[in-house]
Parts: sequence; C-alpha cells; structure tokens
Amino acid sequence: MSAATRRRLRGRVAIVGAAESDELGKLPHKSAFALHAEAARNALADAGLTKQDVDGIFCAGLWMASETAEYMGITPRYIDGTQIGGCSFMALVEHAMAALETGLCEVALITHGESGRSRVGMPGTRFGPDSVRLQFENPFGLYGPPTGYALAATAHMRRYGTTSEQLAELAVSTRQWAELNPRAMMRDPLTVDEVLASRVIAWPLHLLDCCLVTDGGGAVVLTTSERAKDLPRPPVYVLGTGEASTHVYVSQMPDFSNWDAARLAAERAFEMAGVAHADIDVAEFYDAFTIVPVMGLEAAGFCAPGEGGAFVSGGRTAPGGAFPMNTNGGGLSYTHTGMYGMFTLVEAVRQLRGECGPRQVANAKTTICHGLGGMFSASATLICGTEVP
Amino acid sequence: MPDEYRGPIPVPLPETRPYWEAARRHELTLPFCTACGAFFFYPRAACPTCLSGALEWRRVSGRGRLLTFTIVYRGPRDFPLPAPYVLAMVELDEGPRLMTNLIDVEPEPERLEIGMPVEVTFVDVNDEIGLPHFRPEARR
Repeated sequence: MSAATRRRLRGRVAIVGAAESDELGKLPHKSAFALHAEAARNALADAGLTKQDVDGIFCAGLWMASETAEYMGITPRYIDGTQIGGCSFMALVEHAMAALETGLCEVALITHGESGRSRVGMPGTRFGPDSVRLQFENPFGLYGPPTGYALAATAHMRRYGTTSEQLAELAVSTRQWAELNPRAMMRDPLTVDEVLASRVIAWPLHLLDCCLVTDGGGAVVLTTSERAKDLPRPPVYVLGTGEASTHVYVSQMPDFSNWDAARLAAERAFEMAGVAHADIDVAEFYDAFTIVPVMGLEAAGFCAPGEGGAFVSGGRTAPGGAFPMNTNGGGLSYTHTGMYGMFTLVEAVRQLRGECGPRQVANAKTTICHGLGGMFSASATLICGTEVP
Repeated sequence: MPDEYRGPIPVPLPETRPYWEAARRHELTLPFCTACGAFFFYPRAACPTCLSGALEWRRVSGRGRLLTFTIVYRGPRDFPLPAPYVLAMVELDEGPRLMTNLIDVEPEPERLEIGMPVEVTFVDVNDEIGLPHFRPEARR
C-alpha cells in the first residue's frame, strides 16, 4: 500500500476506551482469562459501551481469539488472533483500523490477559521437541529471554561502545517514573551502582536490566472517529501505524546490533502519521530489557545507530528530562506480564487524556508506542494524537 | 556418558535429519541451494532466499568466526555445561550462522573477541545425536 493511501487512513479511527485489570502484580487467585475479562469490562465501561456493542474481537494470546470471545460471551463477526509477541497489540490496532475503515466491524475490542508470573490458566510451551528452537537453539543453553537478548546486547556494546552504565541509567530513569505511579510494582529509588551490582543473569545483562514478570490484563476499544464523537471520553486518534517481522528465532536475527523490524515498522508509522520526531511529546518504548529501548530508539530514528546508549544517558528519559519515556514505569518497574505492549497503549491513552497525576507530561498531544515481539523478531509502532493534523 | 546426558536433545524433522545424521558422524553438513548457489541454515525443505526445492547436502569446513555471545550465569536445570558457559553465534566461512557453545575458553568477556576464529568440535549426547560445539582456532 502506498504511503499516500495509508496517509488517508490517518485519524480515521480512535481509541475510545482503555483500561487495565483491577489488579496488577502477583495474582495467583486470577486466571489469564479472568484478567482478559476484567480488563475488557473496565475498558468498555471507560468507553461508555457494552459488550453487546462489540462486533470485532482482537486477541494475541496463545489461545484462539475465539476462545477469549467465548469466555466473555461475545459473538464477534470479525476475529483476529494475530500473535507476533508483545507488540501484537500495536499491530492489532492497525488491523482494527483496517476493519473499522472498511466497515467489516464497528466496535473493536482488543484484550490482553496473562498470568505471566503465577501461570494460572496458561497454555503450555509453544515449542515442540522437533521445533527449530528445540533442535538448533535450546541444546546450547538458550534459556528464557535473557540469554537471547544478551546476544544482541553484546553485539551492540562491542560494535558501538555502548556501556553497562548507560543501560543502567535507563533502568534508573524508568524507576523514577515508577516512583510517581502508585500502581507500579517497583517504586523504591534505584541507582546506577545498584543496577550494576545486581547479579549477572546472562552477561552483559544484570538482574535489574531485566523486566518484571507479573500477572495482569489490559484492553482498548476502538471505533470510527465519527462515532467516537458521540462517546463520553475524548477520542485518541490513530495517526500512524506500522508493523514488520524479520524472523522468529534469535539465531535468525539478521544483524545482532540493529533491530531491523523496528526500523521498518517505525518508518511506516511516521510516514502515515505525517508527524516529525520532534512532535512526539511522550514515548512508550517496550522495555523487556534495558537494551531493547536503546536499540528501539535508534531503529525508530530518534537517534543514529549506535547512539542509543548516549541518548538515554543523563536522565534524558526520566521525569523532567527532555524525552519523557516509559512514563508508567515501564516493563522494568511498572508491570510486565509477558506481552507488555498493551500497557504502552493504555499509558499513552492516559497521557493524552491528561489523567496521569504526578507523572503527567504537560500538554501531551502526540505519543508513540513502539513494540517488541519475540527476540527482536517483530515490531509494531503506533502514533496517536489528541487531534488529527 | 551418553546415559547421563540430561540436556535438551534435538528431535529431527524430515528436512533436518541429514544434518543430524552427519553430526553423528562428526561432520558438519549444510543444505546448499543449487538455484542460488549458496548455503543456508537452519535446514528447510525450501531455500529461504528463492524458495527452490533443488537442494543438496554439502559438507562445510567447520571453520568460522565468533559473531556474538553471552556468558550465561543462570542456565536451565540439568544443563550439561556448568554455568557460567558461553552461548555463541558463529558465522561459518561458507556464510550461514548457527547457535552453539564456545568451549575450551575462559568464560570471561575480555577473553572473547567478536570475529575471533573458531572451529567445530562435536559432543556426543546419545547414540543418535552429536552437538556441534566450537572452540577457538589457532590457525588464523
């Protein structure tokens, strides 16, 4: 699709409801589906709609999207179960936009629920014994996400001179946002030295370079911008979207020091939105590990390749810094259920509505949510605004 | 020793079985696309560059260079290599890259240089599977 065609989609749909589950954190008393339903209930109430209004369901869990619909007693006429990892939700906004614009559905509900920590009602592993992962990666001790992300962190540090101190600064700045957010799981002040002194999980990544592992859910509701005018909340317009996938398995990453999918996704989103990088007031960059936003900022064009470490230094992304980023406290300090992307969407909506209290970024009019899927495998980008330029 | 191996053991697919059969003989062989004239990895039934099915298995040198690595301090339970161990990506002289363990080297960041030459060595884990590990190569 040409840039001109995509530009015509700018501002055609809006997020009209956004919410999280009642609780986030360690929730052994709630199943993953319960968290889906709780978030959906809250987001629909926020939108001033009911589940009877929903005709499009969009889920990225490890189940069929129709199973989530069944649990909630919804009979969708448009179903999308795209699963490309934690950025699936930004991609699902793009898919919902397409469905709403063509009239294939009128109210789109995107939900997330994951018992990432307590593992209540979660499916088993996605990887069978004859999968690529089990044949060609796990026999060498690839173990959970930290080992895979560390391969990229090493490549980035050795190629560009990025330092552990720079990565730690990002964790500290993100914690400072969490200190301002009563819902954040980790709110104690943090120092660079504490990050560097935390135990090494997979060199060069320390424990405090890694995100939390939590239980929780979130949901957003979208409809056409025309219909949004009749709903109670101020519309958050979808200005730009982009998604891309280069691989799944980390051993297939094209360039370990650059995140190619993120570059492709962000280029498309900026092209569609027609906004400049300088127009972004609030940034929500997926932070499963400290290296991820560093490489994400480079890929999305906020700095040149190799300059991400310097970019996040000096408290630039912290409260009061020049580039407010991960204002809820991020996956590092707020919550991280496993597929964190939904929480970037909810935070962006809250910032654009001015609901964020002590962590509110003044005059926030344009946001970017930049997502990660798999092992730097996929990416999806969403640019939203309070107005259509 | 084979009876004691408790790490993950690959289960071949039809398109990967020749790779593992060769590894059992301590030979590193890769799929070669005769349409592209190039190797690729991991083994598939179609060339990821041109989708051709005109493929051959060819033995490669087993030499390459360290592409990137991590030193894993917390590995999976029962993993045969004691932590810390080196999980590495190697780029073979023939082009393809594969994940492996770098052994016979101190697991220290300052001992590991991107681009250092490495060579394959096989570890038998049972009667059917040998795993390609790599070690520093003195040749270059």
